[in-house]
Amino acid sequence: MASISVDHVVKSFGKTPALRDVSLDTRDGEFMVLLGPSGCGKTTLLRTIAGLERIDSGRVRIGDRDVTYLPPRDRDIAMVFQSYAVFPHMTVAQNIGFGLRMHRRPPTEIRSRVRDGAALLGLVPFLDRFPAELSGGQRQRVAVARAIVMDAPVLLMDEPLSNLDALLRLQARADLKRLHREVKRTTIYVTHDQVEAMSMGDRIAVMRDGMIVQLGRPMEIYDRPATQFVGSFIGSPPMNFLRGTFRDDRFVGEGFDLAFPKPADADHRSLLVGVRAEHLVLGSGEIPARVAVVEPLGAHTLLTAMVGTTPVKVQVPIDTPVQPDDEIRLGVDPALLRWMDEGTGAALPS
Amino acid sequence: MSAIPADAGPRPGSGYYLDRALVYGIAVFFTLWILVPFYLIALSAFSPRQAVFDYPKPLVPTDLSAETMAFFTNSRGVLPSVVNSLVVAVLTIVIGLALGAPAGYALARFQFRGKESFSLLILATKMFPISILSIPLAVTFLRLGLYDNVLSVALVHTAMALPFVILVTSGVFVAVSNELEEAAQTLGCSRWSAFLRVSLPLALPGLAAAAIFTFVISWNEVFAATILTLRNRTLPAQVLTTLTDSPLYYKFAGGLFMVVPAIVFIFFMRRYLLNLWGGR
Repeated sequence: MASISVDHVVKSFGKTPALRDVSLDTRDGEFMVLLGPSGCGKTTLLRTIAGLERIDSGRVRIGDRDVTYLPPRDRDIAMVFQSYAVFPHMTVAQNIGFGLRMHRRPPTEIRSRVRDGAALLGLVPFLDRFPAELSGGQRQRVAVARAIVMDAPVLLMDEPLSNLDALLRLQARADLKRLHREVKRTTIYVTHDQVEAMSMGDRIAVMRDGMIVQLGRPMEIYDRPATQFVGSFIGSPPMNFLRGTFRDDRFVGEGFDLAFPKPADADHRSLLVGVRAEHLVLGSGEIPARVAVVEPLGAHTLLTAMVGTTPVKVQVPIDTPVQPDDEIRLGVDPALLRWMDEGTGAALPS
Repeated sequence: MSAIPADAGPRPGSGYYLDRALVYGIAVFFTLWILVPFYLIALSAFSPRQAVFDYPKPLVPTDLSAETMAFFTNSRGVLPSVVNSLVVAVLTIVIGLALGAPAGYALARFQFRGKESFSLLILATKMFPISILSIPLAVTFLRLGLYDNVLSVALVHTAMALPFVILVTSGVFVAVSNELEEAAQTLGCSRWSAFLRVSLPLALPGLAAAAIFTFVISWNEVFAATILTLRNRTLPAQVLTTLTDSPLYYKFAGGLFMVVPAIVFIFFMRRYLLNLWGGR
């Protein structure tokens, strides 16, 4: 009942294009994450849906209504801002109830809904406090509660966790995911943190330079990045890439010569092959390499190994006996290799 | 920022206390610089008329009397001029804020062509002393036939105070995050009601500061007021025109009388100002 449809939206700030013909359909109740580096247009897209930016062309629909030219208050949305935008001159209770007061709900209803919202986010003890007396995490929860109590079918969130410290962010991430399961609003969530995107999203739209470069479920995007950019943006460590060309059915690059199965359409072009750190297996594989750095990370050890002149990250069990300068061999399941055109960065059809 | 170790930083040594003494010494000096004349004026204003000529002057009141003040307030034209002054000041604040605050808001919130030169132009008008500005302004008003009433004086004072009001309020509105207004809009406000319910309350201290200075500018302004009014004089104009042929004690009483409303006004507005400056 409240799907969100963005249809060929174009927006520029002066001469700087911010959104170049973006289309995105979010299903009812879905948790959609807009992910990308800063300046990619993700926040602009969110503000476009909220009605805070006027678009140059295209349509925005919420549910079955065309809201392209409606002001924010007529769009049936609620939004959480990156700075939280909690009103400093109102108490927590007044902040949470602000939207309900603006919609002229009766005072008894406001009181009970503010209580419910505060209870949902653990804010009941702070209802009479002013924002200046709250911690960053509490203020963030006030902003979420203020949006939730509106009962708007659409919830928009602009990097709501980016101002929290690492530990609190972990907690708040889980809280938001639980909240989404409980309230079931159609949610669009903007972040530049790929871990947040992977862990929270039903689907992720990866954006770059005002365009959506890939849209899909988190594991789809992780396993089958559509471009080199997506592969290197998502995952920690990012995907490894080796540059080379096929010569007589062998993949040859700077300092390596590997027997990889040749993908279709691979002749006479410069290629990139992408492989995840955890898909490389230490042992008797076909890729010779030399260990450069060994980083024990607790759960596993991260190796940086040189394949020819290209550094490659390899994830190995924590107790693997390797030293810097060891000569090793790496194996990989060919099905897990991701081939891309070096010039465009786009994945080859497979 | 990194944490500062507890033992770092200057320890309070003899140099530290010397510094503090110097700071407080200067503060006390300037406070006395301001307060002593006030005190002497007040002392003379509340002494019997002849006490003004006493020498040496007693520094503590010997016989207090309202006689001098009564003489001043009962002088012809004084009470009406006080009323005029208050009306002019209030009108100036109202018109000044009504015109200046939206301009300040626009400077703070919107990007538009010529924005930089516009603010520079506003600032440039402040480079002329008020007394130089007031004469051409007053002449213009006389030509327009706008004179000898409180409105005309208020308009001149508004023209003088406006640059100040615009610059102060734009600074105030810049400090109120635009995201707060946007949040209010997503919660059901129009642009206008978002301004009224969020930005305006948060800007009040700054607006109060602008109001104080506008009041002081208007209350003290004498040139334009003297030129523009004949029968409906403001207090400074009244005092100035009667000063030369008045006895000394009249001047003391008049001086005190002109200072008091400004002090009272600032006393009430002080709360908002201290908020603005981060105090409590």
